[in-house]
Amino acid sequence: MSDTVKFHFDVDGSDFSSAGEASVTVKKKLRQLGYPPEVIRRVSIAMYEGEINMVIHANGGTADVEASDDEIVIILSDKGPGIPNVELAMQAGYSTAKDHIRNLGFGAGMGFPNMKKYTDEMRIDTVVGQGTTITMKVRF
Amino acid sequence: MTVNALCDLLDAKVLCGETDKPFLGVYAGDFLSRAMSRVEYDCIWVTIMANVNVVAVATLTEPAAIVLAEDVVLQEDALKAAQENGLTVLSSPLSAYEICVAISQLTEESGE
Ligand SMILES: Nc1ncnc2c1ncn2[C@@H]1O[C@H](COP(=O)(O)OP(=O)(O)OP(=O)(O)O)[C@@H](O)[C@H]1O
Ligand SMILES: [Mg+2]
Repeated sequence: MSDTVKFHFDVDGSDFSSAGEASVTVKKKLRQLGYPPEVIRRVSIAMYEGEINMVIHANGGTADVEASDDEIVIILSDKGPGIPNVELAMQAGYSTAKDHIRNLGFGAGMGFPNMKKYTDEMRIDTVVGQGTTITMKVRF
Repeated sequence: MTVNALCDLLDAKVLCGETDKPFLGVYAGDFLSRAMSRVEYDCIWVTIMANVNVVAVATLTEPAAIVLAEDVVLQEDALKAAQENGLTVLSSPLSAYEICVAISQLTEESGE
């Protein structure tokens, strides 16, 4: 595993039913590459939450993953509405998800708390009206 | 304790997947981002959600089986996705509470 392996995905924002596909693909690839189960679990959780957020809050975006010897970097970028109050959005239980989204099982307001908990580094760059880029690192 | 034993115990139908395998622990809940961090590898996930998003979460977390409560069955696209990803899904007439109690009693009896 000495070379960095890169993955790129376009995440469709119009289809809730395929949401999570990029994360599932990354999980399967990381397993093939022999990464430890605990690392795969952390990456899966963090990436899934970020991917779903792009679908339900930002009409889709792109996901890039770079896997190397000692860390996995996940970059999720969208051109959605941006996040007006990041501190508030980070709070456990805070969600702006509408009823039809909640009926699918989303909207507990635990996505960001999960991303923070399962990664070693998380950075949110967001501009209201322009979009959001989330960079997460899982080290091992 | 195996998933097979649960089918009898919970009067459950097998919607898809292997049942001849052990499990350890139970998580009951329907919010996906809570399940995402609480469903452990090889546990039983009890829920009443039955859409493709549940299948995605289970594909990432790998419970031994999903047990759908109150006779809920997987939506058609979700069943297809569950089969493709090798998940085990059961459907029981019992409520989530009753399912948890039954598993707890069985676990105690068998001393696990
Ligand atoms: N990519 C994004 N673009 C715009 N707003 C976002 C984005 N991601 C998150 N948010 C905002 O931050 C809030 C909190 O996000 P978080 O993932 O923690 O919870 P949620 O998505 O509402 O529910 P859950 O993740 O538990 O299903 C969201 O409700 C939304 O208002
Ligand atoms: Mg979320």
